[in-house]
Amino acid sequence: MIFGVDVASMLLGGVAAGMVLFIVSVGLSVTMGLMGFVNLAHGGFAMLGGYVIALTMKYWGLGFVPALLVGFVAIAALSAVLERLLYSRLYRAAELDQVLFTIGLVLMMIASVTVLVGPENQPLALPAFLRGQINLGIVQYRTYSVALIVVGILIVTGLWLAFDRTRTGAQIRAAVDNRRMAESLGINIGRLFTLTFAFGSGMAALGGGLGAEFLGLDPQYALKYLVYFLIVVAVGGLGRVTGVFYAALLIGVLDFTLKKYLPQGGTAFIYALTILLLLWRPHGLFGAKTT
Amino acid sequence: MTPTESPWADHPAAVALAGRHRLRAWEPIPWILALAFYFVFPKYLGFGTELLITILFAVSLDLVLGYAGIVTLGQAAFFGAGAYTVGILAKRGIWNEPITGLVLAAAVAAAIGLGSGLVLLRTGGLTLLMLTLCTMALLEEAANLAHDYTGGFDGLDSLPIAPLLGRFEFNPLYPTTQYLYVLAVLFVCFVFVRTLVYSPFGQSLTGIRENTLRMHAVGAPVRGRLVLCYALSAAIAGVAGGIWAQANAYVNLGTLGLDRAATVLIILVLGGYGRLYGAFVGAIAYMALSHFLSKLYPTAWQLGLGLLLVVIALFARNGILGIAELGVRWLRRPRPMP
Amino acid sequence: MIKRVIAIAAAALALGVTTARAQEVKVGVALPYTGIGAEFAQLVDRGMELYLKLNPDKVKPYKFTLIRRDVKDPSGANAKIAVQELLTQDNVDVLAGWIYSPNAIASAPIVSAGKKLAVIMNAGTAHITNLSPYYVRTSFSMWHAGYALGEASAKVLNAKTAVVGYTDFPPGKDSLAAFKRSFEANGGKVIDEIPMGGAGAVPDFTPFFQRAKDKKPDLFFVFVPAGDHAAAVVKTYAALGMRDAGIKLIGPGDITQDTKLQAMGSAAVGLITMHHYHADLDNPENKRFVEAWKKEYGPNTTPDFMAVGGYDGMAAIVHVAQVLKGKIEIEPALDALKGWKFASPRGPIMIDPVTRDIVMNEYLSEAVMKDGRVYQKVIGKIDGVKDACKEQKIGPCAPPAK
Repeated sequence: MIFGVDVASMLLGGVAAGMVLFIVSVGLSVTMGLMGFVNLAHGGFAMLGGYVIALTMKYWGLGFVPALLVGFVAIAALSAVLERLLYSRLYRAAELDQVLFTIGLVLMMIASVTVLVGPENQPLALPAFLRGQINLGIVQYRTYSVALIVVGILIVTGLWLAFDRTRTGAQIRAAVDNRRMAESLGINIGRLFTLTFAFGSGMAALGGGLGAEFLGLDPQYALKYLVYFLIVVAVGGLGRVTGVFYAALLIGVLDFTLKKYLPQGGTAFIYALTILLLLWRPHGLFGAKTT
Repeated sequence: MTPTESPWADHPAAVALAGRHRLRAWEPIPWILALAFYFVFPKYLGFGTELLITILFAVSLDLVLGYAGIVTLGQAAFFGAGAYTVGILAKRGIWNEPITGLVLAAAVAAAIGLGSGLVLLRTGGLTLLMLTLCTMALLEEAANLAHDYTGGFDGLDSLPIAPLLGRFEFNPLYPTTQYLYVLAVLFVCFVFVRTLVYSPFGQSLTGIRENTLRMHAVGAPVRGRLVLCYALSAAIAGVAGGIWAQANAYVNLGTLGLDRAATVLIILVLGGYGRLYGAFVGAIAYMALSHFLSKLYPTAWQLGLGLLLVVIALFARNGILGIAELGVRWLRRPRPMP
Repeated sequence: MIKRVIAIAAAALALGVTTARAQEVKVGVALPYTGIGAEFAQLVDRGMELYLKLNPDKVKPYKFTLIRRDVKDPSGANAKIAVQELLTQDNVDVLAGWIYSPNAIASAPIVSAGKKLAVIMNAGTAHITNLSPYYVRTSFSMWHAGYALGEASAKVLNAKTAVVGYTDFPPGKDSLAAFKRSFEANGGKVIDEIPMGGAGAVPDFTPFFQRAKDKKPDLFFVFVPAGDHAAAVVKTYAALGMRDAGIKLIGPGDITQDTKLQAMGSAAVGLITMHHYHADLDNPENKRFVEAWKKEYGPNTTPDFMAVGGYDGMAAIVHVAQVLKGKIEIEPALDALKGWKFASPRGPIMIDPVTRDIVMNEYLSEAVMKDGRVYQKVIGKIDGVKDACKEQKIGPCAPPAK
């Protein structure tokens, strides 16, 4: 009986952590798969989104859910502007230039937030109904973690439906698999890029706000967790929503379990595992060679 | 039929190719300046030593990034490997002679480079980037876990490094010996890299970088060359790390961190990669900028650096040297006939 | 006309003479003014400045110039360069600063070579004062709070079992070792030790706290670096319902740092900490100190243990300058500080003549809500606590071979 409680709480904790990773990383995976663009500033959008959400709640008195929506829209709009003005110039550029550009961009984001708001951690007050513990029968667990799991499942289902059942979704999938062919079929790649990029960054913003309870929120957020997001994307496979989902869950549960039972070597295992996985499957567990 | 009488030997392209390794007039300048620095700014030798070591590290990255075209975020793994080799051997009293210490550092770093290169260089793009990053992060975690050997977060302090050549002591307060020692090592390593780059091996690296498919078609052993280049670059990075540990009599986890790897990448790109001297220009520009901007306002430094990177990526991909080259080309442009 | 010129000239001469008489003492300050430690650097810096402002009669006729150099990060390399430049370029009379232990450790050889008094105002790893004979510490050692808390847990809180969670770096390990030694010496038992990630990024504490909760101890002793880690600890403790499960959260005062305490709000209520200073201490020096701080830096600011480290450090430097009449040589300076006593905002302090480390009171406090803010109520006190690590010569704290 105790074993069951142990396993249940371990799974719940790990899956909740994985959900946050998923929500932030899914945008990165899709944009990288679609545009072939190494966007290291993705964490920056998550950070900015988190700040918009936390600050609108603090200074405008918005509720948690409306603030999340505001964060999504604001960052989606910002990223669309950046995409049109700057990112689009580098689509054909060498990988190194993309890496440098996005590193430069994220440094500017961090510096701006540090100057405008301050370097300290930004507290985000959860609404009362999400605090405390909830009884799930086998085990009592943190309400917020359970809520996150529910939200995560809703999002992945929604995305899967959107990709599978809508025209735009089909267009995106087509462009990820074979961009030239898609272009020659008359799909407006430029507009698709902007739309996808905006959506992906909006998702990151959402993740930043939702994850603040676990991961904190300060200007360094953009770079602190970047490696984790990149690992999830690389392991999941570029451009595959379900791939990212499973990879995020895997990393989340593994990280949580290792930290609990083997706190000494936790992070080292994640890196070692990533190396092994990527050597075995260079395109990610669910990715496929794209042209 | 004598080969030397080929009619193409006088073609400008052939002349350029055959003479590419010849010393240009301005090449001794950086070395003269470095030596002059020693006499003109005796109080800034601590800063100067750090600058020279950074240049050496950047040169190692230039070999693998600028010439072989391998984009890596994990070069600090080799820097740290060299630093810890020197550190652990010295702290445990096993070995503390400086020059042979560097050789050992290079060997250890090269071994790690060879091993990881054989395995990782099968991949490319984001996967390779992630793999280099994870390898370095793994080494950093391992160093933290093995804190009985490595001193963990606090590092190994007060390393007892033997006097250079038995005579010249390393003084922590007045680093005159350190400066000249690092300058000498930098010179030797640079000459090595320069010769390598202008050799047929180096030319083949350029070929691999520019058009891998064609190099395969021509029969060049692409993977072998890349792995060799990666290992050599690791060796030099190891020397840089080892000499850092000796000059500072100290080593800690910062030598293996993403911060150091990212900084050296930025420095190289700032100066201009694939141009050998980009490392020099970039390191000086970066350190000067860092010193100047961070005095203005702490976060001005981060903002300024970010802006600079964005501008370089968009408009000046070849860094400062690239801009200089454009300038020289513009000056030498053919003028219209009157 | 001539009379006026002569008057002005006489005034200028007099002014020149008086300013020349104010002897200058150059204090080289090495702190992380930029980067992740910027907040802490500001606290220590302000503490130093406030001492000079509040005690002009103790300061004159000397003029203390603070020459500041940014050490940027805890990696050690920049600290070495900063200290070296302060000694060789700025020719300072005294060195001061050091927030992070790695920086103090890296600077030790240079401090020894430079032969100048070096006052450590924060860095807490116990054996640092052994690394150079010229280091004097006015801040604390991890063992001050950790050891005292182990004793208090057994005697005052009557706890039998404890789980220790600590950030996996030397101050954390120091804290664990200190607490465990004294807790077990007083009849308690540490049933689990959980390293909780590194000092860099704040990890998600949930898995570590879950493990602690599952062990069902009387106490959960937590050490994390001051700052954002502490806020996350308090939040996770509340979120997992550990208080209702009967597990008290205790730790050194780093987890209830005054500058972060109010932001934690009611979640911090019930925390029990042991520390040498917090802003709610009830003694006349502290009342004066806190009032002056709020007046100088803003009514919504508060000093904390880092600020007091700077304040007392400056007091030590001024004392040395007064005793040696402005001519600060290293051996007389050390003699002046060995056994030096001072009425600090944290209570009476003394510099141990053997170890050059600080001897001070430790206060056991519980966080309660009072008048709408979080208030630290003192529920116990131990006088004259020395650094137990060096006192008992444990591991690297043993005196260095001559």
